[in-house]
Amino acid sequence: MTENTSAEQFGSSRVKRGLAEMLKGGVIMDVVTAEQARIAEDAGAVAVMALERVPADIRSQGGVARMSDPDLIDSIIAEVSIPVMAKARIGHFVEAQILEALKVDYIDESEVLSPADYVNHIDKWNFQTPFVCGATNLGEALRRITEGAAMIRSKGEAGTGDVSEATKHIRTIKGEIARLSALSKDELYVAAKELQAPYELVAEIAATGKLPVVLFVAGGVATPADAAMMMQLGADGVFVGSGIFKSGNPQARANAIVKAVTFFDDPSVVAEVSRGLGEAMVGINVADLAAPHRLSERGW
Amino acid sequence: MTVGVLALQGDFREHAEVLRALGAEVELVRRPEELARVSGLVIPGGESSVMDKLSRTFGLAGPLRDAVRSGLPVYGTCAGLIMLADTVLDGIAGQQSIGGLDISVRRNAFGSQAESFETELDVPVLGAPPVHALFIRAPVVEVVGPRVRALARLADGRCVAVQQGNLLGTSFHPEITGEHRFHEHFLRMVSGAEAGGRAAS
Repeated sequence: MTENTSAEQFGSSRVKRGLAEMLKGGVIMDVVTAEQARIAEDAGAVAVMALERVPADIRSQGGVARMSDPDLIDSIIAEVSIPVMAKARIGHFVEAQILEALKVDYIDESEVLSPADYVNHIDKWNFQTPFVCGATNLGEALRRITEGAAMIRSKGEAGTGDVSEATKHIRTIKGEIARLSALSKDELYVAAKELQAPYELVAEIAATGKLPVVLFVAGGVATPADAAMMMQLGADGVFVGSGIFKSGNPQARANAIVKAVTFFDDPSVVAEVSRGLGEAMVGINVADLAAPHRLSERGW
Repeated sequence: MTVGVLALQGDFREHAEVLRALGAEVELVRRPEELARVSGLVIPGGESSVMDKLSRTFGLAGPLRDAVRSGLPVYGTCAGLIMLADTVLDGIAGQQSIGGLDISVRRNAFGSQAESFETELDVPVLGAPPVHALFIRAPVVEVVGPRVRALARLADGRCVAVQQGNLLGTSFHPEITGEHRFHEHFLRMVSGAEAGGRAAS
């Protein structure tokens, strides 16, 4: 056998998007301590999101929410062997540089934290670490991909336990993709203008019928049924934030949501795993939230 | 022929698409009765700790071990390679594998995502040109048993593709780089097994 001597290429789009491909059909869980990270890994999480406060606490405590302490992120990286993600504020490229230096596996440029720039998102092509970004509709998803995002998650409304916004966003993105596929070439120019996204990317999606990156759902998933519903609506996987560790029995709920995502189309399994999970997180109806408190409206 | 793809978690759809493009019937496998219908199985990339946990929870681990023991051709990529290894190094607490390949595999052998990469890889059994190989938080085969054939090594000599009888494993992901030759090779193994022959070790 001849030896292989060709150069290795790090941080390419394929390498960045590739990790998200491996997370599909899985659950990514918010954790605030190394102990929670261990529970998440044992329960079958495909990755954890390391942060100081889950969205429900950010919401109730108020104030400016920022990147987590590097010590906390280090302790979680040291505790688990599954991928670790961490959040930077929208537009805060220095927080992203720090997260890259800490060797997190994925950076979430997240509306759950307080935005650092109300005009520009981070230029994600400048990083070797892949980024996941939130989106409420197709145009927003495409703008993030244009800026270098290697994975998209629909935003939902984090920290509420109300799945209605997550439903709206995944339906919107899927519906807009389906509509693009029905357009003729000349109509795609106008669609690109309306989506405020590059024509080439819009044409690619019209041809393939899907985003060029993995699409997860986030924001308000609190039960196995919520998670299975998001999968039936076409999500590649699910982020669960406050829903697990703000519930009565995090371990049981984490286990159950993992199983519900794998068997999302089998009601008998989802029914079985939904039994005896204890209290779900209390939750807030999104309709009761005053507009300034809606996180999904951050980012554009 | 019907080839199964283990669909508990990971990039099973990509494997299914490659297999269909090569003319195989594909069955997604999450239950023992689905496993019983296939004449070959692909275990995809994903998170090996999750696949292990789900396969045991849903009663699939035992039937998978029995199938491997009775000669079912199986191809594992990345997490799938880990599932096929007799010994897993750096697994999570209590992690098990199906086994069958007489190898020791180190999980996340390169480190974090910062160490993930793509490269050209010479795979003599597939001929020219080299394989464009994508390594995502990939495992490496650290110990290659005497009956196992190393199919590819990195420049530093580490083994990243193996075959032993009807079992095939790669650390990398041909299913998402448009590389079909590993799947063609695997489908020939499946045909050979169906014809009653055993692939040469």
